[in-house]
Amino acid sequence: MNDKLIKDIAISESGLIFNPVTGESYSVNPQGIGILNKLREGSSLSEIKELLVSEYEVEPETAERDTLDFLNLLRQFKLTTTHGS
Amino acid sequence: MGHRKLNIAVTGLNAIDSPGPGVPVIRGLLEAKSFEAVVTGLAYEGLEPGIYMPGHCNRTYQIPYPTDGIDALRDRLLYIHAQEKLDVIIPNFDAELYSFMKLEPELKRLGIKMCLPSFAQFEERQKVNLPDFGKKYDIPVPEGFSVTSVSELEKACKKAGFPIMVKGRYYDAYAANNLEQAIGYFNKISAKWGFPIVVQQFVRGTELNVIGLGDGKGNTMAAVAMRKQYITDKGKAWAGITIMDPELLKYTRHFISSTNWRGAFELEIMKSEDGKYYLMEINPRIPAWVYLAIATGQNIPEMLVNLALDIPVSAAESYEIGKMFIRYSYDMIVDRTDFEKFSVFGEI
Repeated sequence: MNDKLIKDIAISESGLIFNPVTGESYSVNPQGIGILNKLREGSSLSEIKELLVSEYEVEPETAERDTLDFLNLLRQFKLTTTHGS
Repeated sequence: MGHRKLNIAVTGLNAIDSPGPGVPVIRGLLEAKSFEAVVTGLAYEGLEPGIYMPGHCNRTYQIPYPTDGIDALRDRLLYIHAQEKLDVIIPNFDAELYSFMKLEPELKRLGIKMCLPSFAQFEERQKVNLPDFGKKYDIPVPEGFSVTSVSELEKACKKAGFPIMVKGRYYDAYAANNLEQAIGYFNKISAKWGFPIVVQQFVRGTELNVIGLGDGKGNTMAAVAMRKQYITDKGKAWAGITIMDPELLKYTRHFISSTNWRGAFELEIMKSEDGKYYLMEINPRIPAWVYLAIATGQNIPEMLVNLALDIPVSAAESYEIGKMFIRYSYDMIVDRTDFEKFSVFGEI
């Protein structure tokens, strides 16, 4: 996985994300916070899937699809940058 | 509380839905650490709230409108100076700046300092001159045309293509989607503010603002970027949040270093959907949202006063990101006799 969260992004415990470059705010659910924190740690796609499967009792296929959807959304909102393929 | 006591006169004490910057400027001056400010208010009308706000102006004087001419303003300022021994004046309205700039050398000889842009800087950033300004300093601006008749307006609309912005020389701006709307706004604005009218290409995107301060030698002394979060029907920010957009700050430093801007200013910028920055306007004075800059670590009114007095100022390097301002209106109860004093005697 090559998605990286942009620098200085603020993620509150309540699930509010603040992009300091654009001033835009978004809210995410606890699973979203989990994925964002994993991204910040530089975790791989399989590590994020594992988190969803173990913490939120999600089927592996659903976990992968949800993660990819979420990553797409982050890219759309320019909250991540993609490196390599 | 600092060592020096300075008497600083401030205009722009109105606070309607398009508020003047005077009151937040005064808040900054009263919070200054490098001097102790005694504030003298300068007001045009008896109903400007800053006159009556407790703890703001030590004394307030009525001053003549710019249309009364420079001589009337000079006479009034000489009278006020005789009473107050002013050290600095901070004019806060676009329309009055020209008169204060004209009087700057004379007032300086009397010991009253200001930190204002030069005439050349003031003129070249006028809305009507903005396209040339953009070319000269390599700053992207939307395509714009200065028009004085409906036939010129029609030609400009054809060139720019709808939607367009129709703007007054100093104030007012409307988006028009067709020629009928454009003519309507042309007539409305010209009736109020005169000619020329500026027709500007419409740029869709996010409205961003930067408040800054230049020392006149090309150095950026202060710069705080803000994204408007709530915009009134007059296009004024009623809420905003500080942002850290490195490109925007680079852009601001380029503006200051290439123009050698002196004094405070506000850049109104549109970040288009494809990520390009377009300069929409340069306001050659402190904007009304200045208190956000003060609260996040850059007391621009304080720095401006020190620059005016030729006191060395260190450039502000940072500010708190993600801090918001939310404006509100407040009904102040004022004794009728205070209003009468100001209206009859022109001072309180």
